[in-house]
Amino acid sequence: MISIEGLSKVFRLKQKNITAVDDMSLTIHDGDIFGVIGYSGAGKSTFIRLLNRLEEPTNGKITIHGEEITAMSKKKLRIARQDIGMIFQHFNLLWSRTVSENIAFPLEIAGVPMEERKKRVSELVDLVGLKGRENAYPAQLSGGQKQRVGIARALANNPKVLLCDEATSALDPETTDSILDLLVDINERLGLTIILITHEMHVIRKICNRVAVMENGKVVEQGEVLDVFLKPNKPVTRKFVEQVMGDPDGDHNQLLEVYSSGLVVRLHFVGESANQALISKISREFQIEVNILQGKITQTKLGAYGTLIVQINGEPNEINNTIGFIKEETSVEVEVLTHA
Amino acid sequence: MLKELFPNVVLEDLIVATGETFYMTLLALVGTVIFGVLLGLLLYLTSNGGLWQNKGVNLIVASVVNIFRAIPFIVLILLLIPFTKMLIGTIRGPNAALPALIIGSAPFYARLVEIGLREVNKGVIEAAQSMGAKTKTIIFKVLLPESMPALVSGITVTAIALIGYTAVAGVIGAGGLGDFAYFHGFMRRDFDVVFVCTVLIVIIVFIFQFIGDFITNKMDKR
Repeated sequence: MISIEGLSKVFRLKQKNITAVDDMSLTIHDGDIFGVIGYSGAGKSTFIRLLNRLEEPTNGKITIHGEEITAMSKKKLRIARQDIGMIFQHFNLLWSRTVSENIAFPLEIAGVPMEERKKRVSELVDLVGLKGRENAYPAQLSGGQKQRVGIARALANNPKVLLCDEATSALDPETTDSILDLLVDINERLGLTIILITHEMHVIRKICNRVAVMENGKVVEQGEVLDVFLKPNKPVTRKFVEQVMGDPDGDHNQLLEVYSSGLVVRLHFVGESANQALISKISREFQIEVNILQGKITQTKLGAYGTLIVQINGEPNEINNTIGFIKEETSVEVEVLTHA
Repeated sequence: MLKELFPNVVLEDLIVATGETFYMTLLALVGTVIFGVLLGLLLYLTSNGGLWQNKGVNLIVASVVNIFRAIPFIVLILLLIPFTKMLIGTIRGPNAALPALIIGSAPFYARLVEIGLREVNKGVIEAAQSMGAKTKTIIFKVLLPESMPALVSGITVTAIALIGYTAVAGVIGAGGLGDFAYFHGFMRRDFDVVFVCTVLIVIIVFIFQFIGDFITNKMDKR
């Protein structure tokens, strides 16, 4: 478990003090993929650098697996850092070393003997899917491959925690997805806790189970990814959710004018997997016609989430039965937008 | 035919003079690189935001470097005569030129080293820190290897400046091609000797430049 209590960082510039991280408290459980999202300047980059003290905290306490990082001497901190892997937006590989040599670097730092180093490097090369590229230099690799080297390097000393500093922000969408898949894979296979910061809700949606939203150095909202998607409380959170969902309140008045017959309802799917066939099910069992007007369903790590606006045509009685069925027999939420 | 074109050139003496030039340049270069890298690292590490950030030390090292770079080499040689005498025991010959050559060019190379180190990606240093690297490890496994092409091309530039300095060192009778051109050529009005020495020095410069460029290109994997 990682616990962060009252963490603050104040940068003292010539004339004024800038509070980048302001009294943050968080608890991150083992095996979590914990996302911190915020716009640039929100303090998320400073936050992640505070966790391994690349940036010295002004105030607060960080405890990782029972060890208080903030209380450590420089020497102890160096040892502790070997248990905290980190990957970067711009990869930060040594251009003068090959793929293998880059991956071996943290092992050299930890004093692992040559033979063992070789063995471990070849395991890691396999793990991140770079077999055959061991002797290439970073300049000969694509962005995605460079980040794979970064990940292999971060995992070399079997860390318990992996910090990702905008790890996919410099990559194209397709490469981003393949790197995210790799992160999920190592999270599941190695039981590693991953903390990542990003400004892309897509990343949170795809791999995180918990999320914290940052604004002006503070966590304004946090919780399970699905809950945050479903009930974003703060304007900034709503904006991020819109990034992947579109505007949930969209202009349905216009829809209602055009589709005036029958009943127009909004269906909320939350963490669904069992009820995804709902539409075909109700149209089979009831004497109704279902017309899909608008909607978006997206897959998160914990199931599907989204809304559908549908028009139901048929005998009023059948329509009522249908609504009753959805409300009582499934976990899909129904919101009636209009009566014809 | 060579005998007719250059009647006053004595081949044996010329070979000895060329050997002395190589001797002085290479030995001074070794000293310059050692002191230059040390001073350059010190300048870089103690600078603002450096790993050993220290205003006082930085100011002292920078002042020493600047003062020695400001003194014209010919003046420096004369200034260092007592020091050379104490160190080497004589003020004549190739060995006596070494202290002045090293003291004259190490500060110059130190600045080139500093510039090279500044070019090293800060993110890479941070990555090493995040892995728990000691400063020693960062210096030897990150800073120096990552700046190696700049350090080597700096050596090339410094070596060529040094060849020029060895010629100037002829005034204290250091030997070498500069000395030879002056005493055996110019003083006796045998300008063919001056000409041959010039050609040889130019060739030596080209050789150093070629080797330096070759090594730099070989090492640069960016």
